[in-house]
Amino acid sequence: MMEAREEINSATEPLASETWELRLYVAGQTSKSIAALANLRRYCEQHVPGRYQLEVIDLMQHPQLAEGDQILAIPTVVRKVPEPIRKVIGDLSNEERVIVGLDLRPQSR
Amino acid sequence: MQQATPLPATTLPKLPKAPTGIDGLDEITEGGLPLGRPTLVCGSAGCGKTLMAIEFLVRGIEHYGEPGVFMTFEETADELAANVASLGFDLKQLQTDKKLRVDHVHVDRSEIEEAGEYDLDGLFIRLGYAIDSIGAKRVVLDTIEALFSGFPNEAVLRSEIRRLFRWLKDKGVTTVITAERGEGTLTRQGLEEYVSDCVILLDNRVIDQITTRRLRIVKYRGSTHGTNEYPYLISEDGISVLPVTSLKLEHKVSNEIISSGVPGLDEMFMRKGWYRGSSILLTGTAGTAKTTLAASFAAETCRRGERCLYFAFEESPAQLMRNMLSVGIDLKPYVEQGLLYIEASRPTLNGLERHLVTLHKTIGEYRPQAVVIDPISNLVAVGSLSEVRSMLTRMIDFLKISGVTALFTALISGRHGQLELTEEGVSSLVDTWISVRDLEGVGERNRGLSILKARGMSHSNQVREFLVTEHGIQLLDVIIGPEGIITGAGRLTQRIQEEAQRVVKQHEADRRDRELERKRRVLEATIANLRTEFETVEEELRHISHEESTREAALRDGRSALATGLTSDYLTAQPNARP
Repeated sequence: MMEAREEINSATEPLASETWELRLYVAGQTSKSIAALANLRRYCEQHVPGRYQLEVIDLMQHPQLAEGDQILAIPTVVRKVPEPIRKVIGDLSNEERVIVGLDLRPQSR
Repeated sequence: MQQATPLPATTLPKLPKAPTGIDGLDEITEGGLPLGRPTLVCGSAGCGKTLMAIEFLVRGIEHYGEPGVFMTFEETADELAANVASLGFDLKQLQTDKKLRVDHVHVDRSEIEEAGEYDLDGLFIRLGYAIDSIGAKRVVLDTIEALFSGFPNEAVLRSEIRRLFRWLKDKGVTTVITAERGEGTLTRQGLEEYVSDCVILLDNRVIDQITTRRLRIVKYRGSTHGTNEYPYLISEDGISVLPVTSLKLEHKVSNEIISSGVPGLDEMFMRKGWYRGSSILLTGTAGTAKTTLAASFAAETCRRGERCLYFAFEESPAQLMRNMLSVGIDLKPYVEQGLLYIEASRPTLNGLERHLVTLHKTIGEYRPQAVVIDPISNLVAVGSLSEVRSMLTRMIDFLKISGVTALFTALISGRHGQLELTEEGVSSLVDTWISVRDLEGVGERNRGLSILKARGMSHSNQVREFLVTEHGIQLLDVIIGPEGIITGAGRLTQRIQEEAQRVVKQHEADRRDRELERKRRVLEATIANLRTEFETVEEELRHISHEESTREAALRDGRSALATGLTSDYLTAQPNARP
């Protein structure tokens, strides 16, 4: 469930290049993990609706994946695309920091 | 009473330990690091923290069959492999063999934004996965404080690191954590030393432009340990700690006597040489042929077919061989036969510890029966007096334990013969102490040799003059003049004078002989005279005596004739005749 891949692509893409590939690393269903996932989803829907891919990886089940993205803190959300890679750690309760950290702003209105 | 309560000697529980396999460290820690617990290795930059950690892992794999995880926060796996390849550690191969796992944790503050609560479960999971994937028993975290630069929330980090230590203990892995040294504290964060069960402090200090590395065990929960500062080295074989300060004095001794290579010198010892495995100190001022004496000993050792190791701190092998050839000591064939190995280096090339390790190593390689160190006094240039002393103590101790006969030369300064270094430090350790010195007389200098001490045998108390000739060292006979022992030109003068005196004495003796002869002849003549006189008197006397006896006889004849009546006229007249 947690590692389920949720790909929500909206039909109308104003800027094809401007998609966000996000990966959320969690470890089991802790309150922090659940909060982080909920928060992240909310921000994405709010700021970049339909232009993001969100992948949730549970390290409890796939510990070998922790090395690839240099995950230490849990939860961590990694912005793979657009470059450069950005990481935001924590339960993502601080919205402003998440938005700045992941640069989740609709481009050029 | 004592028999009623027998105490089994080995029942005291000991803290289980994981041997490090690092030279000497296991001796100081009395067996290794605490098994299944975290150990902190701290020190400033360039101390060899990472190296010690990696050696701990590699030795664990190679010697004790314990796989290990190396979690590096600073270097990448490739960098690490390249850095330790020179020590003969093939990390790549170990990784392929699933014995070692190197996990590079990259922490970049600029990439990380903090938004809300978090913990370091990711690190735990990574580490746990790495440990479980190869069944690791040993873990290294190098350097955990890198996390502090990556995560802004120190409070979380501190509690997480505590949790990590606890977690590692629960996992039962022996962990080595490295940490940079802080100002006035062992670590920058002042955290790791409290959560570790054992703390090893590495120190890298420069004294007089020479680096000396030292190691100290600051704490070791539940175990005794060596508390001193121990010098250690990073050599081509890894880290080597030198804990040889405990002079156990348990070495075996040999009763065999070996020659010094100088016949005259051998004669000065009651047993014609010194004991095998003993240590000999040769002190002298500059130019007193210390090296020549040492080379004589080396050549003698090789002549017997034994191996000799010659540490030359002043001359190159070629120079030494040339110089010694000029005094008739040909070292070259021995070098070619592999009996003599000359290790020449400037003392300042290395720190003292490295010299000691070089010594250990070369002795280990060549297994010599004799070692010459020429001279030990130069080592003072490298360290302070007390350091040199402790190093020499170790060295002599080591040589004695190995049963190697050791000859040290030492330069003593000035005409006062201040034996600063040797007197206090070494002389009590060496068995035999030979002093060579200048005997300065009127307008010339000569070399004199004397034995100051020789443990286990009596020795000559004379100062013997010696010459360095084309055939090696030659001890001259002692000549005692009116003011003591005479040397050099004085010796020659004395000899000439003695010769003159001898001639004079000879003449005198001859004259006396002649006088005596004359006297004898005179006396003999007198005796002959007397004898002639005596003969005359004797003859006279004999003549008288003869006449006397003749007369007596005649009288007797007459009487007897009367008695028998053959002559009647006489018998009748006999008054007392009876009818």
